[in-house]
Amino acid sequence: MGCTATDMIGALHAGAATVSAHRDELIQLDRVIGDADHGENMDRGFRAVVAKLDTAVPETPGAVLKQVATTLISTVGGASGPLYGTAFLRAAAAVGDALELDGPAVAAALQAGLEGVVARGKAVAGDKTMVDALIPAVDAAKAAAADGAAPARVLALAAEAAHAGAEATEPLVARKGRASYLGDRSAGHVDPGARSTALLLSAFAESRSV
Amino acid sequence: MKKIINDPATVVADALNGMAAAHPELLRVRTDPALIVRADAPVTGKVALISGGGSGHEPLHGGFVGAGMLTAAVPGAVFTSPTPDAVQAAIAETESGAGALLVVKNYTGDVLNFETAAELAGLEGADVRAVIVDDDVAVKDSTHTAGRRGVGGTVLVEKIVGAAAERGESLERCEAIARRVVAQVRSMGVALTGPTVPHAGEPSFTLGEDEMEIGIGIHGEPGRRRLPMERADGLVAKLLEPILEDLPFAEGDDVLLFTNSMGATPLIELYGAHGIAERLLAERGVRVRRRLVGPFTTSLDMQGMSLTLLKLDDEITELWDDPVRTAALRW
Repeated sequence: MGCTATDMIGALHAGAATVSAHRDELIQLDRVIGDADHGENMDRGFRAVVAKLDTAVPETPGAVLKQVATTLISTVGGASGPLYGTAFLRAAAAVGDALELDGPAVAAALQAGLEGVVARGKAVAGDKTMVDALIPAVDAAKAAAADGAAPARVLALAAEAAHAGAEATEPLVARKGRASYLGDRSAGHVDPGARSTALLLSAFAESRSV
Repeated sequence: MKKIINDPATVVADALNGMAAAHPELLRVRTDPALIVRADAPVTGKVALISGGGSGHEPLHGGFVGAGMLTAAVPGAVFTSPTPDAVQAAIAETESGAGALLVVKNYTGDVLNFETAAELAGLEGADVRAVIVDDDVAVKDSTHTAGRRGVGGTVLVEKIVGAAAERGESLERCEAIARRVVAQVRSMGVALTGPTVPHAGEPSFTLGEDEMEIGIGIHGEPGRRRLPMERADGLVAKLLEPILEDLPFAEGDDVLLFTNSMGATPLIELYGAHGIAERLLAERGVRVRRRLVGPFTTSLDMQGMSLTLLKLDDEITELWDDPVRTAALRW
């Protein structure tokens, strides 16, 4: 049972609902180590994503991902806009024109997304960024796909790993972005970007019945 | 806060409208997204040179739009990077068939947004490259920071590469020249006061009457060290020393010396500082062959200055001497 454009649009609606529900939490996380706009910016971006999907319905998963990318890039702003936008852009390129994605294709899309974020933001593991959630998520997704898991299972295991990765950013000292100027004072707080990455992956996984 | 503005929310748009009114022969202005474009763009067969970033550094970048310099500038909100769609709009508006080169100051927001725009434009089939300017020696380039900031050196990159583009050089050549200028330019700044962002209403930082902050950026961010205020001789030496050591600049080198005001330091002080810098360089046998003095990379109403040194070679000198016709720079 693969992942079609329709499945993906359902997942994005779920993602937008999750971001909206956790908007204040993401703002709080960003207030202590950043500039307090992450929840606001992500919510604005994902509202625009679903609004656009309601008016223009792409026919392939790749086209959906590309539309999401351009919408996020033009509405989120700051550093998160280009980073999330690039993740979706590279995922779109990875899946190409396929009409339906199997487990390995979903894992490959996640991996391409991670590579895009790293290429754009230059963060490595342990820098206390969204990459700390994405790296374990991609590892888990690839392992699940190699075991023959369907897309829903691949996403569920990726989300689980992403949450563990996000939690593990709490004691870290930030080395990238605005939080890096805080030095040691950035320790003791979960990174807002890692948290939003984990929340989105959970929403994508839970939106699927298979 | 006392500023000649109507509303902090419209400061950038009001300034753009005023620029368009002041220089109709040089440039045109677009709103939503905000762009400043050469009046005769697209210039067929010539590389489009595009820069931009947060507003508040005027005349950087819009004041450098015109013949022999930038094809377009993309202004964001005050001290805030523009989004990629604005940069894409500039790329589309100046599309000449010869490709586009983006000049980006090394700040996380600017780099992310401009590089994303370049990637998106590339997917649409445009040939777009980006060059990052990181000339500020105050920041230790390490894995623990976002790296050196782009400051006054950006003006020199834009002038020199703009001349190459005006000559009809290819995108590859323009990019190579840009990288060479970036490799040979270094800057250092000092603040006597903090800048006041219009929507903030109060200075980004305050310094006592007897204090100065050495190694500042251009957004009111903190510097390297807070030191006792001193006479111009000592202040200029403190700016020049770290620049000379960094590349390093050596006896017998030919250089361009750029003495820049941060916005509120008047020319009478700036010329005094420039004279001191010239004397200190002469004492070291570093030969000042070209000069630029004035407020060209500012930080709103910050009192302070920066020095920029560029190591010259024949090609870069010739490109510097080429004619330029922009709102802020012309010869």
